[in-house]
Amino acid sequence: MKPPPFEYHAPRDLGQALSTLAEVRGKVLAGGQSLIPMLNMRLAAPEHLVDINRVPELAVMEAAPDGVRIGAAVRHAEVERAGVHPLLVRALKLVAHPVIRNRGTVVGSLAHADPAAELPAVLAVLGGSVRLARAGAPERDVGAAEFFVGPMESAVQEGELAVSAYFPALGPRTGGAFEEVTRRHGDYALAGVCAVVTLGEDGAIEAARLACIGVGPVPVVVDVTGSPDDAARIVSERTEPDGDVHASAAYRRHLVGVLAERALRNATREAQARGA
Amino acid sequence: MTTRLFGEPVQRREDPRLLTGQGRYLDDLGRDALAAAFVRSPHAHARIRDIDVGPALDVEGLVAVYTWEDLPERVGRPLPLLIPHPALTHGRTAYPLARDVVRHVGEPVVMVVAADRYAAEDACALIEVDYEPLKPVVGLEESVQGAQLVHEDVPGNVGAHLVQEVAGADGRGAREAIETAPHTLAFRLDIERSASMPLEGRGVYARWDGRDLRVYSSTQTSTSVRMAVAAALELPLPQVEVIAPDVGGGFGVKIVHPWPEEVLVPWAAMTLGREIKWTEDRREHFVSSAHERGQVQYVRAGFDDDGRVLGLDVTILHDHGAYTPYGIIVPIVTSTQLLGPYRIGAYRVEFSAVYTNTVQVTPYRGAGRPQGVFCMERTMDKIAGYLGKDRTEVRAANFIGPDEFPYDQGMTFQDGRPLIYDSGNYPEMLRMVKELIGWDSFERRPGRGIGIGCYVEGTGVGPYEGGHVQVTSDGRVHVSTGLTSQGQGHETAFAQIAATELGVPIERVSVVTGDTRRFGYAVGTFASRAAVVSGNAIALACRKVRAKALRIAAGALEADPSDLEITDGMVHVVGAPSASIPLSTVAVLANPLRYAFDDEAAKATQFSGTSSPDRPPVAEGEEPGLEGRDYYSPIRSTFASGMHAAIVETDPDTAEITVVRYAVVHDCGRLVNPMIVEGQIHGGVAQGIGGALYERMVYDVHGQLVNASFMDFLMPYATEVPRVETAHLETPSPLNPLGIKGAGEAGVIPVSAVIASAIEDAEGFPIDRMPISPSELFDLRSRMR
Amino acid sequence: MEHEITLVVNGTARRVTVPARRLLSDCLRHDLGLTGTHVGCEHGVCGCCTVLLDGRPVRSCLTFAVSVDGAELTTVEGLSSGGRLSPVQRAFAECHGLQCGFCTPGFLCTVTALLEENPAPTEEEVLEGISGNLCRCTGYQNIVKAVHRAAELLAEEA
Repeated sequence: MKPPPFEYHAPRDLGQALSTLAEVRGKVLAGGQSLIPMLNMRLAAPEHLVDINRVPELAVMEAAPDGVRIGAAVRHAEVERAGVHPLLVRALKLVAHPVIRNRGTVVGSLAHADPAAELPAVLAVLGGSVRLARAGAPERDVGAAEFFVGPMESAVQEGELAVSAYFPALGPRTGGAFEEVTRRHGDYALAGVCAVVTLGEDGAIEAARLACIGVGPVPVVVDVTGSPDDAARIVSERTEPDGDVHASAAYRRHLVGVLAERALRNATREAQARGA
Repeated sequence: MTTRLFGEPVQRREDPRLLTGQGRYLDDLGRDALAAAFVRSPHAHARIRDIDVGPALDVEGLVAVYTWEDLPERVGRPLPLLIPHPALTHGRTAYPLARDVVRHVGEPVVMVVAADRYAAEDACALIEVDYEPLKPVVGLEESVQGAQLVHEDVPGNVGAHLVQEVAGADGRGAREAIETAPHTLAFRLDIERSASMPLEGRGVYARWDGRDLRVYSSTQTSTSVRMAVAAALELPLPQVEVIAPDVGGGFGVKIVHPWPEEVLVPWAAMTLGREIKWTEDRREHFVSSAHERGQVQYVRAGFDDDGRVLGLDVTILHDHGAYTPYGIIVPIVTSTQLLGPYRIGAYRVEFSAVYTNTVQVTPYRGAGRPQGVFCMERTMDKIAGYLGKDRTEVRAANFIGPDEFPYDQGMTFQDGRPLIYDSGNYPEMLRMVKELIGWDSFERRPGRGIGIGCYVEGTGVGPYEGGHVQVTSDGRVHVSTGLTSQGQGHETAFAQIAATELGVPIERVSVVTGDTRRFGYAVGTFASRAAVVSGNAIALACRKVRAKALRIAAGALEADPSDLEITDGMVHVVGAPSASIPLSTVAVLANPLRYAFDDEAAKATQFSGTSSPDRPPVAEGEEPGLEGRDYYSPIRSTFASGMHAAIVETDPDTAEITVVRYAVVHDCGRLVNPMIVEGQIHGGVAQGIGGALYERMVYDVHGQLVNASFMDFLMPYATEVPRVETAHLETPSPLNPLGIKGAGEAGVIPVSAVIASAIEDAEGFPIDRMPISPSELFDLRSRMR
Repeated sequence: MEHEITLVVNGTARRVTVPARRLLSDCLRHDLGLTGTHVGCEHGVCGCCTVLLDGRPVRSCLTFAVSVDGAELTTVEGLSSGGRLSPVQRAFAECHGLQCGFCTPGFLCTVTALLEENPAPTEEEVLEGISGNLCRCTGYQNIVKAVHRAAELLAEEA
């Protein structure tokens, strides 16, 4: 299990990174926690690897009241420790294990677009975006709804670099929750639900959105504002899980309903606490 | 300071090196060796039409490429069938490199040798093998239909078929007893495949100096690898030495030998005149090392109103994978150990070991016992359920009594000897485990259940092990035994035995295992036998040394040997500590010398006046040196036992299964080191939890192992394993001088049975198939409600 | 193409020439001869290869050596000082937290960093902290015990 040979590029600034990518059309190496296993198993054999770990512009995290922007070289653990976005941090704690999070990056997890991964759900439920850059072209922001194209497939084009991701902050009287079931602690979710609930001044639900993972090719966003009590049924109907070695489709469909209820309940509770 | 160390929780002597990165595992050796890698079959069943190595020849660093056709006749023969058995009428083993046909994904086809593993894998990727795919046989049901054959010359895919029958006291067979029993039950049980999965894979490193071959292998048996390699390479045995270095876990898979690589790597080293090393990677391990466990069992039981089993009739289908190099030990163990602590009226067991196009099946910790115990314990629970009795009451009604030992089960065990239990106390053990888990006060409610499982484990099988003990003139004690270590703490346990027997501080004792340069006669480490067989052999060797030391010291002290004892490394007259002589001096006296290489040696030279000029310097019947060698060859196995109980909770919504408490009562006779025994139990239970709730080998219809990675083969982490509460019962074995029984495998054996019992209790419907995942529990609920 | 890199390993600067694809685990083991770091799966799940990279535990099998040029690394060989076992190492011996020893270096590195960040972890924090390391021998019970014991030893020595 040794990776195939590749040519290695280690650009020192963003301009260099983009021009290298434009030139060699290589694969981007950030944390490598998903890419290197694939290389070691020789499931991928890129001719060029562009290592962005030495690009200072990408190692930046900017927290503002309305949201947090996380650069492509920022590790899971750094965001976790900074505690800048409570819902994101909660989701991060569900990503693999602490040692993996020391090296893995937030933007890498998004670009990897695993349909059972947690961070895409957070981006999706919040309506966040990913900023893409290309040499000689203006940067473009792609909303979560367009960013996740299919299983392991994102909107990042060849020669393009995902430079940062933006996670909007939760507003007033708004709470979030992340519920998932995994086989082992730290495994990818069999199913998971990220919920965001906003309450009105009167305490009634004003908005309720769910993003479900492990039950479709991309995070499935479901708006249950109108019928929060019926969330389980709605998500079960809206999702199309597959069966695999770990769980049947029927189980996943059932599970996502259970988790939707739990996540909604917990998000509502948090919204109430934040409104008080 | 006391020298009584037997039975004490002595800290391990292996640890300082293992904790500092100074252990020497296989891949830590041979830094300059060439690397080997293999092209392995991507097909479960295929005919090899052609192999084109051409595209690989330009790879930088490539040294050699070998296919089966390149092997000399003796090396190219099928690997040995290690344990023949009359019932194994169609035993089949693989060629070291596939010849014409491949029979499972992962079977080695081409061997590549290159400067390093990276280059070797580059070359493997470029070699083109043209396969004609054949229809694979996957799964027990497909195999027994026999429509497709794994081996053309094995009709019906049946490698072995064996019926064993023990009549009841009234002379009636099991089937007859069941027919006339007041109550009967019939059911089917399924157990899926798992595997040993040590964290260090296999590995071989060989060097040839033009005359002698040295092989390092991550093996559970260095002496037998040595004989197998010498035979395959047609080398005189004294020119081959095999060393098991530090081994990163075995759990059964490393007892198989010679693995193809254990023949091919030394052969290539000799052929090329270069050091060569092969280190198995994880993906290779999944598809080319052995699996175990997979069985289907059809059970019929007849019993009376008290739940006493009058007749038990079990038919087992055993999936043996593509080959049977280790014979049919696993289904034999299942069949014979199934009876557990019970006296069963009449018993009939029949198994068919069938071939499939999957990785071969050889023992994994427990070696067929977990399946047998699952069968027996599910039977006990079903009887209790049927009669509306407490599950422990039904078990107690069937126990062999404490006064019934030795108890003859009337069968032939895996060592070809009668299955006679040596000692035990099952009612007391049941009492202890019920108390430990709080059986009688358990509050049952939906989603919360309690389960129990009992087992008896034949341990310490023969034929023999040996020990060599040498006291050198510096007072150090050097112990060696031929069997190997994979983490069981042998260096510590054997040192405790030697220190106790010889009366020396343990700091002066060192132990070497698994090195044929130090000890050439041995069998290996498996079947919970090391402490029993090597432990006793070392004790016996120590007793020889002790007797000799006392003889020599008696001469020097002008005392009678029977008046002497050894304490803290000093031989002294009982009750007169001042009349003493250090063991180091005795060692000097035991070896008359001509040359004084140091001050101690000077005491033994010919003008030192220590020996009488009237007698030969080495007395008649004596040998120079203070050393001894002895062997222990048990007449038959000792039988350890245990009972586990667990409380589980099942989530009503998600069907997640949580083991809340896990209790173990264990009897392995006298404990050499309770800390080590507990560690063995913890580890065994953890593997059992893996087998019950997480691990399985999933083959698709094409014979592809679809979860061949640690991402998808779910070995439990710390977050998945419950804390284990333990208690010990000690019924010494009357069969060996130290009174010990084996403990290595025990922890894993009943776990699937216990967890199934508890889930069944929580859910209220039968659990007849293990392992079980939340998804499967959910599916069962859907069907049952 | 070969790359010349410098790694400060256990306090010593080591210069080594590696191809880009050389995994840090292989670089440590085979180029630098530090075989205490073990390789159990090469896909980042088992944790045997865990080393400290600038003080934080990472998988050396999921890191290219060239990618950490200039970094400071601590391997199991660097945990003890002056021939004296570190508190974490001593606790593992005392609590029988290892059997075959193959996974042990990864656990030791992980736990050393864990206790540095959190000197008195709760049971849950210990489980979470070691949850990315597989052990096939011990069943973890004594490893968990060893982590608590190491915390005690560290506190005594602080």
